[in-house]
Amino acid sequence: MGPLLVLWLAGCLSGTWAVDRGNFKTCDQSAFCKRQRALKPGQSPYRALLETLELTNTKLTLQLINDNNKVRLLLELYRLQGNMTRVKINELKPLKPRFEVPDVLINDPPTEPLSLLSRDENGVVLSLGADSQRLIVSAKPFRLDIMEGREVLLSLNSRGLLAFEHLRIRKDTCQEVMSLSLSHSKVDPEGTENKEETEAANEPAEGEEEAKEDEKVEDGMWEETFKSHTDSKPNGPSSISLDFSLPGVENVYGIPEHADSLKLKATDGGDPYRLFNLDVFQYEVFNPMALYGAIPVMLSHSAQRTMGIFWLNAAETWVDISSNTAGKTVFGQMLDYVQGSSETPQTDVRWISESGIIDVFIMLGPTPTDVFSQYASLTGTQAFPPLSALAYHQCRWNYNDQEDVAAVDQGFDDHDIPYDFIWLDIEHTDGKRYFTWDPHKFPQPKDMLQGLLDKRRKMVTIVDPHIKVDSSYKIHNEIRSKGFYVKSKDGGDYEGWCWPGNSGYPDFTNPEMRAWWASMFAYDQYEGSMENMYTWNDMNEPSVFNGPEVTMHKDALHGNWENRDLHNLYGLYVQRATAEGLIERSGGVERPFVLARAFFAGSQRYGAVWTGDNAAEWEHLKISIPMCLSLGLVGVSFCGADVGGFFKSPSTELLVRWYQTGAYQPFFRAHAHLDTPRREPWLFGPENTALIREAVRQRYALLPYWYQLFYHAHHSGQPVMRPLWVEYPQDTATFSMDDQFLLGRDLLVHPVTEEGARGVTAYLPGKGEVWFDVHTFQKHNGAQNLYIPVTISSIPVFQRGGSIISRKARVRRSSSCMEHDPYTLFVALSPKRFAQGELYIDDGHTFNFDKQKQFIHRRFSFANNALSSRNLAPGSQFTTFSWVEKIVILGASKPSKATLKTPDGKESQLEFEFDASMSVLTLRKPGVNAGLDWTVVLQ
Amino acid sequence: YFIPLNLLLCTQPLPVPTIPTERQFYEENKPFTCLDGSSTIPFDRVNDDYCDCRDGSDEPGTAACPNGSFHCTNAGFRPTFIPSSRINDGICDCCDTTDEYNSGATCQNTCREMGRKERESLQIMAEITKEGFLLKQQLIHEAKRGQEDKQGKLTELQGSKKGLEEKVEALRTVKETAEDPEKEAKERHLKAWEEQKELIRMEKDKTRMAEAFLELDDDADGYVSVAELQSHLELDPDSDGSLSETETQGLLGGADKVDTSTFETVWSGIKDKYLQSLICDPECISICRNLEKEIGFDFGPSAEFAYLYSQCYELSTSEYIYRLCPFNRVSQKPKFGGSETNLGLWGQWAGPEDNLYSVMKYDHGQGCWQGPNRSTTVKLTCGKETVVTSTSEPSRCEYLMEFTTPAVCQEPASLDEVLHGHTEL
Repeated sequence: MGPLLVLWLAGCLSGTWAVDRGNFKTCDQSAFCKRQRALKPGQSPYRALLETLELTNTKLTLQLINDNNKVRLLLELYRLQGNMTRVKINELKPLKPRFEVPDVLINDPPTEPLSLLSRDENGVVLSLGADSQRLIVSAKPFRLDIMEGREVLLSLNSRGLLAFEHLRIRKDTCQEVMSLSLSHSKVDPEGTENKEETEAANEPAEGEEEAKEDEKVEDGMWEETFKSHTDSKPNGPSSISLDFSLPGVENVYGIPEHADSLKLKATDGGDPYRLFNLDVFQYEVFNPMALYGAIPVMLSHSAQRTMGIFWLNAAETWVDISSNTAGKTVFGQMLDYVQGSSETPQTDVRWISESGIIDVFIMLGPTPTDVFSQYASLTGTQAFPPLSALAYHQCRWNYNDQEDVAAVDQGFDDHDIPYDFIWLDIEHTDGKRYFTWDPHKFPQPKDMLQGLLDKRRKMVTIVDPHIKVDSSYKIHNEIRSKGFYVKSKDGGDYEGWCWPGNSGYPDFTNPEMRAWWASMFAYDQYEGSMENMYTWNDMNEPSVFNGPEVTMHKDALHGNWENRDLHNLYGLYVQRATAEGLIERSGGVERPFVLARAFFAGSQRYGAVWTGDNAAEWEHLKISIPMCLSLGLVGVSFCGADVGGFFKSPSTELLVRWYQTGAYQPFFRAHAHLDTPRREPWLFGPENTALIREAVRQRYALLPYWYQLFYHAHHSGQPVMRPLWVEYPQDTATFSMDDQFLLGRDLLVHPVTEEGARGVTAYLPGKGEVWFDVHTFQKHNGAQNLYIPVTISSIPVFQRGGSIISRKARVRRSSSCMEHDPYTLFVALSPKRFAQGELYIDDGHTFNFDKQKQFIHRRFSFANNALSSRNLAPGSQFTTFSWVEKIVILGASKPSKATLKTPDGKESQLEFEFDASMSVLTLRKPGVNAGLDWTVVLQ
Repeated sequence: YFIPLNLLLCTQPLPVPTIPTERQFYEENKPFTCLDGSSTIPFDRVNDDYCDCRDGSDEPGTAACPNGSFHCTNAGFRPTFIPSSRINDGICDCCDTTDEYNSGATCQNTCREMGRKERESLQIMAEITKEGFLLKQQLIHEAKRGQEDKQGKLTELQGSKKGLEEKVEALRTVKETAEDPEKEAKERHLKAWEEQKELIRMEKDKTRMAEAFLELDDDADGYVSVAELQSHLELDPDSDGSLSETETQGLLGGADKVDTSTFETVWSGIKDKYLQSLICDPECISICRNLEKEIGFDFGPSAEFAYLYSQCYELSTSEYIYRLCPFNRVSQKPKFGGSETNLGLWGQWAGPEDNLYSVMKYDHGQGCWQGPNRSTTVKLTCGKETVVTSTSEPSRCEYLMEFTTPAVCQEPASLDEVLHGHTEL
């Protein structure tokens, strides 16, 4: 209930339904962004000192000098395995170490040798190996160009916006700052002397050196105030910036999280896209404001090539995008011959971060699949969720007590709607003390969990990272006594206001803290927990109600580092520590399931994310598609939006449409704000109950396909939910489409997201291809805009001709109940009467698929009038009781007979039905075990 | 140990459906026609774990059809249908365990136990209903009388008001008549006039006293008691807004109750205030209005809910005291300080069409931040006592109250009927 908090919110935040923009900074209000954005292109002071070039087996190093202030930078270039280039730029001799993001890369990316092709006083040309790819380093001004053949793929600092604010000693209070910074870092005073000596040696003629180093002090360099919050900046200015030019590119994507279109917009004249994990109350759609998570990865795409830029920096970051026809920039002699194509479109991108170093991974594609693999090789792949986590989740802030949970659970059975997880939000705890239960409302949590377990269902409880400051609370006492809290700039435990009132924030960047946190999920530590209870980490930006921009002060300290340096990484660590806890509690056997709101690059390894506190509005339903597509492009496949909308109360039509859309998005959870009327699926009359039941059932029937897609996402980093251009990279019509999407390659979904819609126009891609309506089996040609009349029950979904999709037609009350059920194969023939598909089966919840290769992975192929099942993973072993119940062949002709052949040499005739009007052939009950080889021959 | 269903089915066809009325359609070794007539299949395809009939009728014993249902005989308890998706899903649904014949789930036959429990609870419920229904008859009787009384009182009040007005008018006329020849007749008539006046006054007073007695004797037992008098705040001697017991006893001359004859002595003490309150037009109107309002309430088909009017019932939880004043309001007051919150004012009966008087709706309570005004749904169930049994807030600012009252008790079927109607032994 929290009337105090409600009042607090009412007082501090806007009472209207829109975001209060005044609570969040614009670029102009963020001192470093303003400073950086004020720089004009074409005046780069940076020069490569080619004489410092060193080339080893693994990398090239080279010093850069800023001719204005003589500060030197160290450039490191790596050619990485898998067609990637890494560019690292740091100060050659920083006053103290600058933050380099740890724990995001899954390993030190393996390198490949670079070789020097040519060199003169203007620059060097290096070979990137395959496909005549070259890397050109120009000296004055410094720039990098990556070329393939005659084409420039990407240029760095081509607009001269490289800017590296070196760490410096504050001039006005020199002594104090000096002593302060020395106490914080290990830099020895000789280091600075050395630097000056080196510079003196290299630039003996510069008499004005001192004057030039004495840069003008601007507002906000050493202190910044936003809405009564003062950010002390003991380290002074430290921001970095770099520009990238992408000739031939008109479309860029990614850099979630923003409530914006899939295709990123030019930011000229507005604010840049901002990446800074924030708890944004009642966010608006279609703007570049920062939201809960940040993944600094951008994809560029043209009909010729897909590439990616991964800007590995966890500080507040802004990204400017401009798109225009490429200017006639001078590339030097080596590049003269590209001048002919001056009409090519070009996208220019500029990244600005508040601190840290420049560490960029350029993923050169060339296909979307390649970029996904490249990014996965750096940051890992999607965690493979338990199968049940892909089913339907029922959430609400809050299910009030055990009786309420039991009643909702029973409601699903009474209305014959399946669900797998019921969720408990913050009110289940004893006074918002996580890991505890309200003694009155949830006196017997194990009885409640056992009740769910008896129905083969599960629960998620919320565990947020803000810890109530209360000396009678065990968790708080332990964190405090172990010194695990984030510290304020004055060295005491940092405290802020959140749900429990005054709260501390554990320092999740500390591995010891994470290990301790993980141990709190052990069954004997988290009282009342059981194996069917999983975890939700909300507010992990972190949210600090009374902090600047509702988050942590940037000068708060995580060990030696400021929150400023690693802000966007905090949420990832929270989810990681929690996921590790869930793994550990089962002795490493069970796969965890953890949902988090804040995330960073690499978060995909730890669980699911959702799009935060959306609203029950049609616009929010629509935006859920590009928001999850954008996340999928940068590794996070397990994404969903609150079905129904969190704030406000949806109309019945919106609720039904949202279920229909959510049923075809990866993370499928209904959620609602405390202040909204109840909206369990059966509260809107029998007709709407039936509509929602049908949507949820479609989800359950398709679980085998979802599971297979997630296996692939886990295995190879391919997104589950994909923009059309990923599969049709040359079809320019698809490049900005975000009202429809693909699941894997084979299902195209165009949900109805318009109020009162009577029809939708879906684009079916692929010239010469066909698509089958999964409900009517009607065949449609590819490469057309298809108008589909719709009713309230319509969910337009199409299966690609040429694919085979497995479903479980027997929908039961939870996914676990369907474990042993038989499969129905939907074989959609291509115009050439060919089709292919897969089936992945394992126990659905343990790591045995990985550790002991206990899984089944089959390839189904239809060719030459024969459908066969072959083993794709001969090294694996698993036994399933599931069998093949039915085979539905779409676009078939009528055979005279259908013969089933099994490896033991047995042959049997299958009965079949043929629907001539739709050309649908249904083979009755092949009955073979799903794990075996078999062939059906049609004659 | 789990036996793959398909293997099992190859060797062991399932028993025919157990629905007595439909068993006739499943004749062994004869072609089976789907119950919707859509097709006819060989009998070995009945319960062969493959759905052949559109209506699911060929698979009454397996989970093969999406729209099928399974019949649990549940001997000892109550037979029931479950969706066929619950067959062999590892969860025991039928108390006779018949739904889990091949899932590996270990189910106990709990039908007898459930039957026994159900019979017990039905028995208890039947007793409650029986007694409750008797109480209800009383309530109806009382309500009828009360209604008549009130109607009478209203009529009377309206009449007496009219009468008073007439009398005042008459007096005025008399006075005027008297005044005309006043000068010369004053002397002469004075005595007679005074006598006349006194007569009228006494007569009037007697009538008023009798009226007042009837009015004050709420329960019509022939006595005006302290409690009855206490509700008449207008009689408050010190006008402090409350009429304490002692004050009231004082008014009654120290007695707890008075009959008509004793009332005469009391009357002189309260007369002025009482009459003032009556003659004073707005107050009279307000009493009439209240009576009209009360008579106008929908107290149920036989006014069996009338007894709840102007009563309040409380339930104390760990945090709050909830207060239900039927036909008036619902409120919540924190136990440990804090002000009362209005959870809704009487709205209307809100039960389903066939049972309108099973739910009361109170709305337009105090507003919620960014939300609706608070409202409360009161669910009425049959009980001997009139009690609030539970409260909850299923949705923010939407409260649910469970309330028992004899007024909703239905005429009980005979216990035997109840038990036999639900049991197949």
